[in-house]
Amino acid sequence: MTAITAVDQRVLNPHPSLAQALRDTFTMAWRALLRVRRTPEQWADVVLQPILFTVMFAFLFGGAIAGDVQTYLPALIPGILVQSVITTSVVTGVQLREDMDTGVFDRFRTLPIARIAPLSGALLTDTLRYAIATAMTFAVGAAIGYRPGGGLVGVVLAGLLVVVCSWALSWIFAFVGVLARSATTVQAMSFMVLFPLTFLSNAFVPTETLPTWLRWFADLNPVSHLITGVRELANTGQVGADVGWALLGAAVVVAIFAPLTVRAYMRKA
Amino acid sequence: MKNQPVPWAVEAEGLVKVFGENRAVDGVDLRVAAGSIYGVLGPNGAGKTTTLSMLATLLRPDGGRARVFGHDVVAEPHVVRQLLGVTGQAASVDEKLSATENLVIFGRLLGLSWKASRAKSAELLEAFGLTEAANRPLANFSGGMRRRLDLAASLIAQPPLIFLDEPTTGLDPRTRSQMWDTIRDLVATGSTVLLTTQYLDEADQLADRIAVIDHGRVVAEGTPDELKASVGTASLHLEPASPSDTPRVLAAIDTVLGVRATVTAEGARVTAPMADPGRVTDLLVALRAADVHLAGLSVQKPTLDEVFLTITGAGAPVPDQEVAA
Ligand SMILES: Nc1ncnc2c1ncn2[C@@H]1O[C@H](COP(=O)(O)OP(=O)(O)OP(=O)(O)O)[C@@H](O)[C@H]1O
Ligand SMILES: [Mg+2]
Repeated sequence: MTAITAVDQRVLNPHPSLAQALRDTFTMAWRALLRVRRTPEQWADVVLQPILFTVMFAFLFGGAIAGDVQTYLPALIPGILVQSVITTSVVTGVQLREDMDTGVFDRFRTLPIARIAPLSGALLTDTLRYAIATAMTFAVGAAIGYRPGGGLVGVVLAGLLVVVCSWALSWIFAFVGVLARSATTVQAMSFMVLFPLTFLSNAFVPTETLPTWLRWFADLNPVSHLITGVRELANTGQVGADVGWALLGAAVVVAIFAPLTVRAYMRKA
Repeated sequence: MKNQPVPWAVEAEGLVKVFGENRAVDGVDLRVAAGSIYGVLGPNGAGKTTTLSMLATLLRPDGGRARVFGHDVVAEPHVVRQLLGVTGQAASVDEKLSATENLVIFGRLLGLSWKASRAKSAELLEAFGLTEAANRPLANFSGGMRRRLDLAASLIAQPPLIFLDEPTTGLDPRTRSQMWDTIRDLVATGSTVLLTTQYLDEADQLADRIAVIDHGRVVAEGTPDELKASVGTASLHLEPASPSDTPRVLAAIDTVLGVRATVTAEGARVTAPMADPGRVTDLLVALRAADVHLAGLSVQKPTLDEVFLTITGAGAPVPDQEVAA
């Protein structure tokens, strides 16, 4: 072992710089990817869930709701897409909690890194999860006969919209993850937010068929706007008002939950 | 930012940490000279880990202050973290990654380039005899391997100050002595080491100075020789056959060995510091002359228990270690 540098010869930074924060974020994201390689089952949800949900709902409801499966697909695929990807974002909170409970987190807390990096790294890796879930849903849709009218550009834009909005929503689950006592609690609490948000929407049925009070909620639900936006982009290639509403909703969620999460996280980290 | 050379690697004054009703650390003062090994000795629950956590910026002190090379741990945590390597009591490495992946990631987080991180991790794995296991998942690492990897991870940035929380607990004797050698090597390269231990023997072997803590307070501080002088190099345990003989045993120890003996709470056992084992014969002759019969006799190396018995007058909750009977 070589002699160490004396304390008075060292250049010490009083605070981590923004450049360091970015670098640390990418290192943390890289770490998350390495972990996936060792435990691929962690990502089973982003690959299997879209396949399962798409096929199941298409053949289960296609006949009843739209007359046949083919006619149902343009409405269903965007709904399934949004639902699967948002469900995937719950995992952000669960994994964050699990990670914060492991010993390695204690070391991160003694390293001169940007404090936010473990959180921002996790959120960064998650965008990749959303992208995979999105691609899977469109691929399965195509395999069972979905031909999006918006073409490739429409589909890519729709996918991006879903990734951005899910990333925004994952701040809610990250917040729950930081505050909750255990990973199981995170899971339970997150699904209580998730189910009403995704099912009480226009994802699977036209809202006109719903009772008035439910229809009121479903029409207001930002997830419905997101789904409508995705349908427009994927099926017609047009950017409608709902895309704007969805992005606005995403911005509001981030504006509220990002500071809350970061503050709670920093207090614990 | 350059700083002036400072003589103290760690300076803590009146550190306090309260968990609910429990004053886990209750006014700890510590001064660790740069370039030395400092041992914090104490039984389970004494507050060793809590003290170290406050010094390592992991816990915020509820009272008092602490500086690491002159930098306040509360006001300048980021600077303190740049000067520290911490090996906690529990392994703090990522179980789902390989040894190399762990070290490379820590290297990146410490500001090394990819290339430098890889080189550094190969160098450290080699130094700690982990090269063969470098790419295996940690799940099947032994306790000793994990401990070594953990220490290696603390040394990536070659920090001038290293905290080791019970570095040898749970290691077999051979691995333990390897760990001792490693710690001595660290100091030879210019690092300062602050370690905690439950073993007087270990503190004695390694540390230049020792602080004994109990119930969150420093109850004794000094060089190992100073501490041992207060308990003797070994101690003699006598069990009078009849408890009524206890006063006569105490008197005999006083006249023959010239030391003050202590009696266990039950009054069944008398313990005396013993500087010269040769004098035991004289004592036994004196007891025979006084017609005192013994039910048991043993000689023990000073245990943490005796340090506490002598210093605080109360036993510490550690089991006796019979060395010779
Ligand atoms: N996070 C915590 N919350 C509540 N109490 C705590 C916490 N951490 C430690 N304590 C309590 O503080 C006291 C000191 O604990 P600490 O871990 O510092 O002891 P220690 O000397 O390191 O013991 P050991 O040798 O077992 O590691 C104990 O009574 C412990 O129960
Ligand atoms: Mg401890």
